[in-house]
Amino acid sequence: MTTARAAAILLAKELRLEFRTRELLYSTVLFALVVVVLFSFAFEPTAAESRRYGPGLLWIAFLFAGSLMLQPSFAREQSNDTLGALRMAPISGFAILLGKMLANFVFLSVAEALIVPVFAVLYNVSLAGIAGRLAVVLTLGTVGLVVTGTVFSAISAHARMRELLLPLLLFPILAPLLIAAVEATASLFAVEPALDRAWLAFLGGFDIVFLTASWLLCDFLIEE
Amino acid sequence: MKSRMIATLFVAGLVFFAGYAALFIAPDERTMHAVQRIFYFHVAAWMASFTAFFVVFVANVAYLGTRRIEWDFLGVSAAEVGVACCTIGLITGPLWARPVWGIWWTWDARLTTTFVLWLLYISYLLLRGLLDDVSRRATLSAVFGVFAFLDVPLVYLSNRLWRTQHPQPVFFGGNGSGVDPTMSRVLLICAMALMGVMILALVDRYRLERLRYEAAELREAVETRRADRESIASRGAR
Repeated sequence: MTTARAAAILLAKELRLEFRTRELLYSTVLFALVVVVLFSFAFEPTAAESRRYGPGLLWIAFLFAGSLMLQPSFAREQSNDTLGALRMAPISGFAILLGKMLANFVFLSVAEALIVPVFAVLYNVSLAGIAGRLAVVLTLGTVGLVVTGTVFSAISAHARMRELLLPLLLFPILAPLLIAAVEATASLFAVEPALDRAWLAFLGGFDIVFLTASWLLCDFLIEE
Repeated sequence: MKSRMIATLFVAGLVFFAGYAALFIAPDERTMHAVQRIFYFHVAAWMASFTAFFVVFVANVAYLGTRRIEWDFLGVSAAEVGVACCTIGLITGPLWARPVWGIWWTWDARLTTTFVLWLLYISYLLLRGLLDDVSRRATLSAVFGVFAFLDVPLVYLSNRLWRTQHPQPVFFGGNGSGVDPTMSRVLLICAMALMGVMILALVDRYRLERLRYEAAELREAVETRRADRESIASRGAR
């Protein structure tokens, strides 16, 4: 079986599992919403202020929500040692990782798609005319978050205190992604929106570097 | 044992000489005066810590390639020593910045990168502490180490694009850069001294890690034997 086909099957399995209960999605969206609301108490959500703080707030909310959502990605395979079964299947290690990454990408994208309009309403940010470009920035940023996050979720799943460990491993690594994503988003929220291509290229580079690294190192993550 | 003593004495002598050279031999800086003398230890600590972090990366890659546990010993030893040197740099930096820039800290590219680097290797050590199985700890922390190392240039680049205040590199920095030849010689001595301290600590830490590993193996063997003996004894009693 090709890696792509195996990953697609695993993606379908992850989606089926999640959409039966939708626990992860609900709690992630709710969590991001709480962060967004809490921030409105920390500063005045006028249009001018939102332009200054909005992009940072949005990405911090996604980062927190993402680390929450990625946590069970590998940990929930442990209770019945289903990862052992996946390992025995005649598919490459990267297919397992890729399936998880795709699933996490779908979950986080859905959460973002729900959060962004709410944010726009609460913080007086107009999305008219920038929605398409914002989607590009969100996609590139989310890919980077999900790639590193899935790998670290595989690492932290074996550790003690794994719920606490994942954000500690993930956030320092994501520092450059956060800067680039916030700057690219800020250029779209400006009075005259323009897509900052340098930051976009940086986000793309970040995604490629870590996707390649996880492709090279995936067998060490999946092994017994 | 004897060679180790000689090496320790040599490095100790070097440290004393470096301290003397930084305080008395190096010329006074025109605008910063005595404060600037912290430079010799600040920069030297960075050199030692970056070398140590590079050793961590080499050890991580080598472990993943060969699966020899010795590389894991080297990785953890270098990471601990590197974090210690990095902490020296992070403490001497603000001490120098306060009188010269008027602020303790600024979110400039190099400062931020180093701070993130420090956080990354602390989480590397934290991760190791939370993984109990020896070979799994070695493998997973090596993977994390490679990711952390790949992240460093990206952190630097992103902050470089973003904002910067730290002085441009004074060595190999092109026209208008460079320092007094005496200063660079003193820096060389200080760098050698701190590098020596770093290597000594690294070698000691490596030895400690190996002893710990051997002790754990022996303990396990004793446990197995005791369990065997008990099962034999209980069978005999029956």
